[in-house]
Amino acid sequence: MKLVDRSAFDVARDVNARRLSAREVTDAALAQADAVDGQVGAYLRVEYDLARAAAARVDARIASGERLALAGVPLAVKDNMCVIGTRTTCASRILEHWTAPYTATAVQRMLDAGCIPIGKANLDEFAMGSSCENSALGVTRNPYDLSRVPGGSSGGSAAAVAAREAAIGMGSDTGGSIREPGAFCNLVGFKPTYGRVSRYGLIAFASSLDQIGPLTRTVRDAAMAYDVMSGHDPMDSTSLPRAVEPASRALPTDLRGLRVGIVREFDLQALAPAMRTIYERAYAELESLGAALVDVSLPTVDYGVATYYLIAPAECSANLARFDGVRYGLRVDAADVGTMYEQTRAQGFGPEVKRRVLIGTYALSSGYYDAYYVRAQKARTLAAKDFAVAFGACDIIASPATSCPPFTLGAKSDPYSMYLMDYYTIPMSLAGVPALSVPCGWVREAQADLPLGLQLAAPHFAEPLLLGAAHAYEQATGYSARVSPAAAGSATGIEEPA
Amino acid sequence: MSEKINVRYVAKLARIALTDDEVDRFGAQLAVLLEHVEALGKLDVGAVPATAQVLELANVTRDDKPAPCLDRDTVLGQAPRTQGAFVRVPRILAE
Repeated sequence: MKLVDRSAFDVARDVNARRLSAREVTDAALAQADAVDGQVGAYLRVEYDLARAAAARVDARIASGERLALAGVPLAVKDNMCVIGTRTTCASRILEHWTAPYTATAVQRMLDAGCIPIGKANLDEFAMGSSCENSALGVTRNPYDLSRVPGGSSGGSAAAVAAREAAIGMGSDTGGSIREPGAFCNLVGFKPTYGRVSRYGLIAFASSLDQIGPLTRTVRDAAMAYDVMSGHDPMDSTSLPRAVEPASRALPTDLRGLRVGIVREFDLQALAPAMRTIYERAYAELESLGAALVDVSLPTVDYGVATYYLIAPAECSANLARFDGVRYGLRVDAADVGTMYEQTRAQGFGPEVKRRVLIGTYALSSGYYDAYYVRAQKARTLAAKDFAVAFGACDIIASPATSCPPFTLGAKSDPYSMYLMDYYTIPMSLAGVPALSVPCGWVREAQADLPLGLQLAAPHFAEPLLLGAAHAYEQATGYSARVSPAAAGSATGIEEPA
Repeated sequence: MSEKINVRYVAKLARIALTDDEVDRFGAQLAVLLEHVEALGKLDVGAVPATAQVLELANVTRDDKPAPCLDRDTVLGQAPRTQGAFVRVPRILAE
């Protein structure tokens, strides 16, 4: 196995045992990025100096006798998370030349635990999108089929991990932005309970929904990353002051006694036949691991997309008001301050960001506030209640992660068809429950094998149960093991030392 | 509540200058979205409280004690235009 193919678990174990240095792992990851990222485009910037300096620090700490949970693990950081001294752009013209003056708490925890920041990863501008195509600064391609999108918005982080340019990708999920690229890139994409991971230093999109989480090639790696990045942070007032139960220590290999809810409203008949077969098989696989399948209902689930596309834009229109050319980022000079605001935002924001700011502004404006925004907030209450009731009858919920496999770049030009991509992932975001996608098989389309993801969701704070179930499924099925062609085609990986 | 969205007026509120082409394009796209969100009108939410966020947290405050923060030079260093210890902007009041 090449060094770049190794899991975070294997890297950390060997670096801690001094069988491997962080320097070697870092050099291999940087060489892999040099070799494949011209094609994949996962990173907006590879941070060579930062990575090598971090590797030297980790090796020094290990040499002094420290043990680090993620010693030497190469990390891709979505470029909406601040890392001091690096450009942090949100893939937007408005922040294209902005350098972060501090580091996000979740990123800092990963670095303190021994991660090596290899680069800042591409995303849909301000995390608004489901394909990564809304980036103003670069194109990211799916490592499993370069003609297709990696999913979004955390598409760069996902592509980096799938192309072996990092072992862990940090993503943010507002309506599915970790789970969907996870599914599209044959990875585990994990969104913890809202409030579990600090949002301090994550540039806000929709504050009541945004949550940071990992993208990894194994469930164990996701659990290890979660254990490190989660926990209370006084710098984020929505961070939960509640102890986190570690998830990576005891991962089960069967599902005996687990009740898995199958959502009645998520009718598999709505899917293309080839996909339907995959999910029918996935449910059967859960059952064969000892789980009891239980019929559950989420009665308002079909209102999720409408609810989300009022609440998220409303919050984004307020959050993005700060980008006005005054204190940071792009300024377009003008004779009067009003024109300066309007021109700065006109030239700084791309079309999807403008659309969402407009719809949010409209939904919050006088005369429409109650009819749109407040009604959506009430619908959100019903969405959360749906899950509370369903979790009375089951321990976790299983469903498709996406309604289609990865599609070709440019295939979805109509904004609303892109919004529908989030159909399966939005309800969990509205309810704030933890959810993940785990690889569950392949569909063949246009001579390519395309990955699909199984979404699993659990009640608030039940991350250990959720990750445990995903681990048992992954270990029994092994779909995640297939290496992406973009990664495998590279001959630059450094061979494992004997 | 279904009516045509006045894109120019909303863009003014949002402080974004739009071209005529954008007004047409966004107007059509937002109309499609609004048509879909009209479906929420079918939900009976009369007695349902609104959810701003899903956690039980409320009014999180910290002790009113000075703590380290970004220094002034760092903050000013972020601004596109400065003058002395100030962020410089175009005139905001008429002469």
